[in-house]
Amino acid sequence: MLQVQELSKSFGQKLVVDGVSLEIHKNKITSFIGPNGAGKSTVFNLISRLIMRDEGHIGLDEVDISNWKSNELSKRIAILKQNNSLQLKLTVRELVAFGRFPHSQGRLNEEDETKIDEALSYMELEEFSDKFIDELSGGQRQRAYIAMVIAQDTDYILLDEPLNNLDIKHAMNFMKMIQKLCYELNKTVIIVMHDINFASCYSDYIVAFKEGQIIASGSTEDIMKEHILEEIYEIPFAIHELNGKKICVYY
Amino acid sequence: MRLLLKYKWRVLGIVLILALSLVSLSIGVKSISLSDLFSQDDLSIKVMLVGRIPRLVAVLLSGIALSVGGLLMQQLARNKYVSPQTGATIDGAQLGVIIAMVFIPSISLKEKALMAFLFATISTLIFMYIVQKIKFKDIIFVPLVGMMFGGVISSTTQFIAYKYDLVQNASDWLQGDFSLILKGNYETLFLCLPCIIIAYIYAHHFNIVGMGESFAKNLGVNYNVVLYTGLIIVSLLTASVVVTVGTIPFVGLIVPNIISIYKGDQLRTNLIDTSIVGALFLLVCDLFGRLVIFPYEIPIGLTVGIIGSAMFIALILRGKKHA
Repeated sequence: MLQVQELSKSFGQKLVVDGVSLEIHKNKITSFIGPNGAGKSTVFNLISRLIMRDEGHIGLDEVDISNWKSNELSKRIAILKQNNSLQLKLTVRELVAFGRFPHSQGRLNEEDETKIDEALSYMELEEFSDKFIDELSGGQRQRAYIAMVIAQDTDYILLDEPLNNLDIKHAMNFMKMIQKLCYELNKTVIIVMHDINFASCYSDYIVAFKEGQIIASGSTEDIMKEHILEEIYEIPFAIHELNGKKICVYY
Repeated sequence: MRLLLKYKWRVLGIVLILALSLVSLSIGVKSISLSDLFSQDDLSIKVMLVGRIPRLVAVLLSGIALSVGGLLMQQLARNKYVSPQTGATIDGAQLGVIIAMVFIPSISLKEKALMAFLFATISTLIFMYIVQKIKFKDIIFVPLVGMMFGGVISSTTQFIAYKYDLVQNASDWLQGDFSLILKGNYETLFLCLPCIIIAYIYAHHFNIVGMGESFAKNLGVNYNVVLYTGLIIVSLLTASVVVTVGTIPFVGLIVPNIISIYKGDQLRTNLIDTSIVGALFLLVCDLFGRLVIFPYEIPIGLTVGIIGSAMFIALILRGKKHA
């Protein structure tokens, strides 16, 4: 159970996250949407303890995350940041193996090896496993990072704009993999997304941020409404229903 | 047999080191053959024990210390062009030695090493602080800043040397030289062994820190503790060489880069390969310097500088071709 209450963070004078409260539904995909600078990524960083919060409470299984040992926390929550440009020349397998670090502290046992193999095959990376990540295409590399997160085997997976640098086909395949991950492996996934239609088609819940606050949150069905989206982005929207999915048009 | 094949390069490296070590032991003004040693010729045994074996050990250990120091520093700074040389560590160590010599007369080698280590650590930390604060976009800027900062430190060292008439003395360790290594004055170098063992044990931690702060936090690694521990190890490795042998350029830059090109950046496997190649590289340079104008010799810093800079240019050109 991941719960956030009255979370606040400011950088200097600027209040970036302003009294955010939310509860993440287990085994569902939740998308964070909102304009640039609305505080989505900052909330991610606060949940993963990358930066320290000013006020509020973030609870994992009823225990505040500041009371979790970092090693234990890293077995429960995994985060993938938007610009994970590695300067290191690692093979795909070596990278994925680092996902096991919280469990093995670098000494891989048989269980770790199995998990690594599973993660590789889940992301269909077997044929690339001995290639260096800097030799891969953008989509393959993104899959390698996700495989690392899968190997980390956490209940919660936080993905910060994973669709950046992916073309439409790869973005779609990627989201299908995330759905599989969520419903087959029982993960809880939170994604920061800019493409509202992707959020609409692939997520169960949407949380909308604006100026550091949550201005709407609920099931995808409830959030994909013209007046709500117009309030978030301050541009006109038209919403159409196509094959049971709500698609918005903006121009 | 399969193991032998899997590690054929390592085995080859070690065999080469052993063979060249024998060559190294047999070179010198006094020619010594195996039969001299077996016939218990006192002088020959003394030359071996006091001069040649210490020299060989010093060469091998320095090669390992410098290249492993470079490898670690590369990882921690997340930049292929950062090494103790381009990251102000060596300059700091030198400043430490000269301050020790000026202000604490009759200082022992151990205390000198301590001062070198302290100053090396401080200057490396300042360098890393500058790099983290300014957040350069271009990776070439980072070693440039390191070299400028190192230049400031090194001019301070020069100034103190001039002021206190230590220029001659200072040149001893400003330029690396194995010819002065004798039993009793090189043992500080053994400090690098525990450092390397620690580096090996925590290799994955250092590797993860090399992936950046958010990666490290995500995997539950305490970024700052590991980063600073690593920098302290780098400073210790560097200081142990600067105090005993002097400054040897390029080794810490070239050896890890060559390994990285062929093997990638998995630190634990690279530590072994880097150690082997580092020791071998310095051994070859040392032999070369001793043989070219036999019975005189060229200081190691010069040999490494010439061979190393040629290799480094080749490395950069190769990198351009790939980019």
